[in-house]
Amino acid sequence: MTVSTTATTVTTGGALPGGEYDVTVVGAGVVGAAIARELARLPLRIALVDASDDVGDGTSKANTAILHTGFDAVPDSLESRLVREGHRLLSAYAAESGIPVEPLGALLVAWDEEQAAALPGLADKAERNGYRAARIIAAEEVRAREPELGPGALGGLHVPGESIICPWTTTLAYATQAVRAGVDLHLNCRVQKVTSGATHTLATSRGPLRTRHLVNAAGLYADEIDRLLGHADFAVTPRRGQLIVFDELARDLVRHVLLPVPSALGKGVLVSPTVYGNVMLGPTAEDLDDKTDTGSTAEGLALLREKGRRILPALLEEEVTAVYAGLRAATGDDDYAIRAHPAQRYVTVGGIRSTGLTASMAIAAHVVELLADGGLPVAGARELEPVRMPNLGEAFLRPYRDAELIARDPEYGRIVCHCERVTRGEIRDALASTVPPGSPDGLRRRTRARGGRCQGFHCGAAVRSLFEEART
Amino acid sequence: MSRDRTVDVLVVGAGPAGLALAARLAGAGAGHVEVLEREQDAGGVPRHCHHGGFGGPVRPWLTGPAYARRAVRAATAAGATVRTGVSATGWAGPLTLETTSPAGPERITARAVVLATGARERPRSARLVPGSRPAGVLTTGELQQSVHLYGQDVGRRAVVVGAEPVARHAVRTLRRAGTEVVAVVTERPRAAAVPGVPLLTATTVAELRGRGRLSGVAVRHEDGRCGVLACDTVVFTGDWIPDHELARRGGVALDPGTRGPSVDASFRTSTAGVFAVGNALHGVEPAATAAAEGEAAAAPILARLSGAPWPDAGPPLAVRAPLLWVAPNRLKDLGGRPMLLRSDEPLTAPVLTAAQDGRLLWRRRFPVRATPSRSMRLPAGWTDRVDRSGGPVVLAVG
Ligand SMILES: Cc1cc2nc3c(=O)[nH]c(=O)nc-3n(C[C@H](O)[C@H](O)[C@H](O)COP(=O)(O)OP(=O)(O)OC[C@H]3O[C@@H](n4cnc5c(N)ncnc54)[C@H](O)[C@@H]3O)c2cc1C
Ligand SMILES: Cc1cc2nc3c(=O)[nH]c(=O)nc-3n(C[C@H](O)[C@H](O)[C@H](O)COP(=O)(O)OP(=O)(O)OC[C@H]3O[C@@H](n4cnc5c(N)ncnc54)[C@H](O)[C@@H]3O)c2cc1C
Repeated sequence: MTVSTTATTVTTGGALPGGEYDVTVVGAGVVGAAIARELARLPLRIALVDASDDVGDGTSKANTAILHTGFDAVPDSLESRLVREGHRLLSAYAAESGIPVEPLGALLVAWDEEQAAALPGLADKAERNGYRAARIIAAEEVRAREPELGPGALGGLHVPGESIICPWTTTLAYATQAVRAGVDLHLNCRVQKVTSGATHTLATSRGPLRTRHLVNAAGLYADEIDRLLGHADFAVTPRRGQLIVFDELARDLVRHVLLPVPSALGKGVLVSPTVYGNVMLGPTAEDLDDKTDTGSTAEGLALLREKGRRILPALLEEEVTAVYAGLRAATGDDDYAIRAHPAQRYVTVGGIRSTGLTASMAIAAHVVELLADGGLPVAGARELEPVRMPNLGEAFLRPYRDAELIARDPEYGRIVCHCERVTRGEIRDALASTVPPGSPDGLRRRTRARGGRCQGFHCGAAVRSLFEEART
Repeated sequence: MSRDRTVDVLVVGAGPAGLALAARLAGAGAGHVEVLEREQDAGGVPRHCHHGGFGGPVRPWLTGPAYARRAVRAATAAGATVRTGVSATGWAGPLTLETTSPAGPERITARAVVLATGARERPRSARLVPGSRPAGVLTTGELQQSVHLYGQDVGRRAVVVGAEPVARHAVRTLRRAGTEVVAVVTERPRAAAVPGVPLLTATTVAELRGRGRLSGVAVRHEDGRCGVLACDTVVFTGDWIPDHELARRGGVALDPGTRGPSVDASFRTSTAGVFAVGNALHGVEPAATAAAEGEAAAAPILARLSGAPWPDAGPPLAVRAPLLWVAPNRLKDLGGRPMLLRSDEPLTAPVLTAAQDGRLLWRRRFPVRATPSRSMRLPAGWTDRVDRSGGPVVLAVG
């Protein structure tokens, strides 16, 4: 099946096109999609393939959605540099493309003497990461900034540059722009084997695909793809992060991203608003063996509730909208595992653990440089046609409130999903978009439909019906 | 640009409660009575309840859709305006609602606003049921709409979670759709079984399993036994929560027990001019109860329209476990209507007490068996003894 409108190509089944691609990117997460978009600027034949029926369906759909400054990265690491650059690049791109971002700032809250004692070190680390706006504040200011905070906060570090962002729209914007610029997107296309010579031949679940250069952005599976090409320099351990999303009516309880003071065990549990107007609590950090285990557990949820009760007691009284889990691609190393193998015309983008959303555009630019080292012709880069994504952010004008838009097209005044106020016009647009959803969940990530507090009690059947209708 | 309009009474929600109220008010000459309904069709939940049991046994029992049609006809025949496809999305003033419809945004100001927004079932996520996130996880509301309004496929084998009467409706709807019902599961120690379906009591849903589509429900019995029920559909039933978004966004005080707007016996909320009726107050009761509340609210609303003052807040009415909630739950207006009282545990001939500031106001044995899925009706006569400037009045068993 090939959806080909105005020369864009997104395939979801059947044999793959023949001939040779100049570059193929395996993995259409936020990282792979960013790389494909960056490559799309070049006059080359490019493919982006993913095993799933949608883009951004792996780790990229299930994170804490923070646009990090990189203030707490390991100084002088590749991650530190790419997060810092990525923050700048994605901030600008978001503004241009309509990706919702809210610059709320973060507050690291110290709950005991040890944590309070760690704040100056963190402020210093921020400086070493080139971030100069972080400031230690006293307990009174912490309380003034966050009146609903639980008792006992001893002080905090204010990091004004931290923002919240829509991770779904980000991946989708990259993929949309890449596809419109001529990149072929092949979904339901799992890479099973790679045979390398003058070209790489990928054996996929949809038949062979030939490509001269290869980028491995397979997230949790980047180590496995790497082994297919004879490399074994890192192994990915899925580190699960469970999260609880509270109802939009909880949004007024919190004003900043509330970060814990990091410990040896990782970044810890945070409380953060989302751009959709919810409040999120999480994530846990559990090392697993199973790269598909994105389930939540009773213990994980109990732990989150216990931590959350300390941070923001009133939050626990609110209704829960959703529970989910994401898997970070941990490698046991403190940095990204981005490795170039120029002789093989191959770049691995592995170990993009907990900052890949933020760093995505900088990773992409870095990877194209590495590909050039492997002989990829990078002359003739052009500006891409800008994209303008539908707005999912609550802080910006949503279609149901837009009088002019509704006057032009009454379908934007017909609310289908009542909790999230998603209109029939938006659902129609998403179903007909450049990268259409592969499932009702994909439709939810494009519109928020069925993502609210009732989880479909009111609108589930109607939304499913619109989805099915568009497929037939 | 939003348009601004004014009406006499604005009712949000065209379910049994809102429609019954609108019919009564319009019939009594309350002026321009407008009912807003966000769905394409008016009638509320009964629209998708394709079973009998609506209305009252005096008249013949009606099916949900027939009952809904009748309620809509009665309201419009009395002169009320029922507008469908119009969502009330927020407030622009104490008695001004913002709405969205295909005709564009509007601001509607009323002399009295009534919240009749109904209730819904808590979904799996709100119940914190762990596991994967497969397709095939529904509430009764979604199940009924899928089957009765959209003719959708709901799977081959289903597990129903819950023991309230609505679980029986879920079983019936599943069977109508040709789905085998594997079991009804409830945490309660006892529940009424549905003929032909295994009933697992004292059993919790420990985990949902399956990628893409649900493959099974892991359950754990109180005695420690565990198992997995293979199924591709699970329906979470009951566990109601009022649709209280508008109330909260408007700053209307909620009752901690019901989670609906806190009201007095005249359905007055904490905001002058704002009333609330029906399931929005307390979660699901029979449609006749919701409609009766709507009808009973007409008189106090008419009084408000003719200038009656909004009385000061009196003491709140609270409950102690195992009682869950009482509605109405403010004592500022000591009406004669009975109150609805819910218990979390079955009680046989309970002795109920009401006390205020340590003073026993009332005590009476109830010669009935109270179950967690049905409200008791509490007579209101004793409320004369309440000190209107005193502390909270607490209802307890004992
Ligand atoms: C709990 C949690 C919180 C996080 N919070 C943040 C945050 O606040 N801010 C931030 O910047 N980052 C955050 N992250 C990190 C961020 O989500 C990741 O770094 C990012 O999503 C990684 O993207 P990716 O494209 O590398 O991987 P993925 O999104 O997993 O994409 C990899 C893709 O490869 C595909 N694939 C795999 N194998 C094959 C194959 N053999 N053939 C074809 N396709 C294949 C998969 O289907 C998948 O779509 C968080 C992560 C987690 C888990
Ligand atoms: C599955 C199920 C089975 C049932 N079976 C029976 C039975 O057999 N017999 C019986 O007597 N009762 C039954 N009931 C109960 C009965 O349906 C309810 O008591 C009755 O519908 C409550 O009426 P209501 O007007 O309070 O709320 P609802 O019927 O829920 O109506 C509320 C209306 O408000 C609308 N609304 C909400 N918010 C807005 C907004 N912001 N803007 C515009 N419109 C809005 C909603 O769309 C809805 O139509 C059942 C209920 C359920 C859920």
